[in-house]
Amino acid sequence: MDEHGGGVAHPHNHYPWYTNEGKRAGLRGFLTSTNHKRIGTLYLVPILTFFSVAVILGVLMRIQMLSPDSKFLTGTRYNQIFTLHGVIMIFLVVIPAIPTIFGNFFLPILIGGKDMAFPRLNLFTWYLYILGAFILLVSLLTGKGPADTGWTFYVPYSLRTTVNVPWAVFGVFILGMSSILTGLNIVTTVHMERAPGMKFSRLPLSIWGIYATAWVQVLATPVIGITMVLILVERFFGIGVFDPTKGGDPLLYQHLFWIYSHPAVYIMILPAMGIISDIIPVFSRKNIFGYKTIAFSSLAIASVGSLVWGHHMYVSGQSNTAGVIFSLLTFLVAVPSAIKVFNWVATLYKGSIKMDAPFLYALGFIALFSIGGLTGLILGALSTDVHTHDTYFVVGHFHYVIFGGMGFGLFAALHYWFPKMFGKMYNEKTAVVAFIVLFVGFNVFYMTILILGWAGMPRRYYSYLPQFTDLQRIATWGSWIMVGGLALMFGNLLHGLFRGRKAEDNPWGGATLEWQISSPPAEHSFAETPVVTHGPYIFPDRTSDGNGNGDGAKEKHEQQPQSKR
Amino acid sequence: MSSSHSQSVEVHEEGVKARVGLWLFLLSEILLFGGMFLLYSMYRYKNPGDFHAGSMELSRFDGTLNTLVLLTSSLTVVVALHSLHVKRNKRRAAIFLGATIALGLTFLVVKSFEWTAKFEHGLYPGAKFLESQPHGFILFFGLYFVMTGLHALHVIIGMAILSFVLNFVLRDKVTADRINIMENGALYWHLVDIIWIFLFPLFYLIS
Repeated sequence: MDEHGGGVAHPHNHYPWYTNEGKRAGLRGFLTSTNHKRIGTLYLVPILTFFSVAVILGVLMRIQMLSPDSKFLTGTRYNQIFTLHGVIMIFLVVIPAIPTIFGNFFLPILIGGKDMAFPRLNLFTWYLYILGAFILLVSLLTGKGPADTGWTFYVPYSLRTTVNVPWAVFGVFILGMSSILTGLNIVTTVHMERAPGMKFSRLPLSIWGIYATAWVQVLATPVIGITMVLILVERFFGIGVFDPTKGGDPLLYQHLFWIYSHPAVYIMILPAMGIISDIIPVFSRKNIFGYKTIAFSSLAIASVGSLVWGHHMYVSGQSNTAGVIFSLLTFLVAVPSAIKVFNWVATLYKGSIKMDAPFLYALGFIALFSIGGLTGLILGALSTDVHTHDTYFVVGHFHYVIFGGMGFGLFAALHYWFPKMFGKMYNEKTAVVAFIVLFVGFNVFYMTILILGWAGMPRRYYSYLPQFTDLQRIATWGSWIMVGGLALMFGNLLHGLFRGRKAEDNPWGGATLEWQISSPPAEHSFAETPVVTHGPYIFPDRTSDGNGNGDGAKEKHEQQPQSKR
Repeated sequence: MSSSHSQSVEVHEEGVKARVGLWLFLLSEILLFGGMFLLYSMYRYKNPGDFHAGSMELSRFDGTLNTLVLLTSSLTVVVALHSLHVKRNKRRAAIFLGATIALGLTFLVVKSFEWTAKFEHGLYPGAKFLESQPHGFILFFGLYFVMTGLHALHVIIGMAILSFVLNFVLRDKVTADRINIMENGALYWHLVDIIWIFLFPLFYLIS
C-alpha cells in the first residue's frame, strides 16, 4: 500500500476508491486489492448474482405449484431445486451478505479506522468464499446432479442418496471457513481499529449488530464445519457415528446441525437489525430511543439464541424435558427482539419523519419482521408446533423473518448507502414504487403460504390436494408481483449506478462518520484520523434529541439554545 | 527519532492485533473439536461397556509415550521463544524450534505404528471384523480414528507453521523485536498439545 508522511497534499488520496489509475487499474486491481471498500464490492457482485439465481429457482418451484397435477417438474427435480434454492440462499447469500458487503465497506469507516484489522486475510477470505461457491457449482454439474436432501442434509438420507451430496457438503465446509474468518476479522477490527473517542458506547448500532454477529460466526460455525466433515467421513469410510445400522444416532446429527444453524439465523438477522437501528433515527431526525438496550439486546440475542436449537426438533423424538426447556428459551429470545421493535417504534414517535426509500424499506422490515416473529412464537410453543411442523407455515414464518427481515434490511442498506458507495443517486420515485410492488407481492405470496400451512399443506411436496389449488395459485401470482418489484428495484439501482445524478456527501443528513467524508470515499477514507466526541445519532439540525439519552447529547444541549419544533 | 518510535508502536499494535485474531481462531478450533467431544460423550454414556472394551484394545504404552512427546515439545517451543525474545540467542532458538518439529514428527511416527497395528487386527471402519462387533465398539473406533486423525492433521499443520517460523528466524525475519509470528505459532502448537491432553485419557484410560 502507498506509504506517505503527513503534511503534503496527496493527489492520489482524492481519487475515489474504485479509481482506475496505475496498479489499481481494471479487474486485476480489484482481485488483488486488500482495500476494504474494494473487497466489500467484490462480495456485492456475486452475492446479488446468487440471489437472482436463487430467486429464479424459487419461481420455478412456484410454477410447478400452479396446479396439483403439474408435470412441469419431476419429484426429484423439485427436490433438487428446493435444495439448491435453500443452499444458495442460506450459505451464499443470507449468511455472508451484510457482514461481508457492508461490514467490509462501512465497518472501518463507521468506527473511524483505516481498514479491517487483517486486510490480507480479508482478501483470502473472499477467495475462500469464491472457492466454496465454485465447489457448489461443481456439485451441480458433475455426478448425478445436485443434492436433493434439502439444505439441512439430514442423515441417514444424505448418506444414502446417490446424487452429489459430498461436493455440496464440502462446499458448505469451505464457506464455513470463510465465514469464521470474516467474523474473526470483524471482532478484531471493532476492538483494535476504533478512532480516538470512539468508545463502545458511541458505536453506531449497525456496528453493534455486526459485532454480535461476528462472535456467533466465530463460535458457532466450527460446529457445522465438523458436522459436514463427519458426513463426508461417514459416506467414504462408514465410521458409524450417524449410521443407525452401526449404532449411530441420526438425532445427534440434527443436534449438531442446529447448534450451528439456529444461531446462523441470528447471523442472518442481527446485522440487518443493526442497520435498521441506524436508518430509523436518521429519517426521524431524532436520537435513537434506548441506545443501550438495543446494543445489549444484540448481545442477548446472540447468546440466548445459541441455546434454542432444539426447537427445530420438537417432533424428532428428543425428550419432552428437552422440548420444554428449548421452548422456554425460545420464548425468552423473543424478549430482546421485541425490545428492539419497541425501541424503533418509540424512536419514530414525535420524530420529523422523511419518507425516503431507505426509510420505507426499514418500515417494511419492522412490519414483516414482526409478523415473522409472532408466527415464530406459534412455532416455538410445543403444542401448536406439532400441528404446524413441516408445513408451509414454517416456510412462511421463515421467509417473513429472513426475507422480510434480513432481505428488506439488505435492501434498506443498499438504498441508504448506495449514494455513499458509488457517489451516484438512484431515482427516488422509482425506488418507492418498487418498494410498494415488492411489499404487496411479498404479502400476497407469503401470507397465502402461512394460510396454506395452517390449513395443513406440507412443505417440500411437489404436488398437493385439489382443495389447495386456489390458494396455491394466489401464492404463485403473488410471487410474480414480488419478483416484478425486485426487478424494478435492481433495475433502478443499476440505472442509478450508470446514469444517476451525482450524489451529495450527506444526502440523508446522517450524523455517523461515513457522511462526513466524500461520496464516493477516497481510497483512504479519512485524510486525517477523525476524533469522535459524541454518539452516532446527534443531529446538528435538531436541537433536542427527543429522548434525553444517548452519549454526548447532554453536553450538546447545554451549548445550544432550546427551541420548540 | 520520533519516526522510529512510531514504527515500534505500530509493530507492537500489529502484534496485539495478531494475537487477538489468533485467540479467536483458537476458540473456533476448540469448538470444532467440541462437536466431536459432544458425540463422544453421548455415545460413551450410551455404551459404557463397549467403550471400555474398545479402550482395552489401544496401546497404553504408545499413548503415554506420545503424551510425553507432545508435552516435551510444548516445553521446547517455549524455550525457543524465550531464547529469542529474552536471551536474544538466535541459534538456540533455531535449535529448540527444530527439536519441537522433530518431536512432532516422532508423535506422528508413533501414531502411524499404532494405526497400522489396528489395521492389522481388522479394527478400522468398514473392516469385516469390526462390523461384527457390538455397536458401541464400532462407534468407539469410528470416533477414535476421526478424532485422532483430525488431531494428527493439526499436528502436521502445526509442524508446517513452525517450519515457516524456523525459516523466518534463520533469515532474521522473526527477531526479538518482531516476535509475534513465532508467539502465535507457539500458541497454535500449545492448542495441538492441549487437545491431545484431552484425547489421551478419553480413549486410552477408560475404566
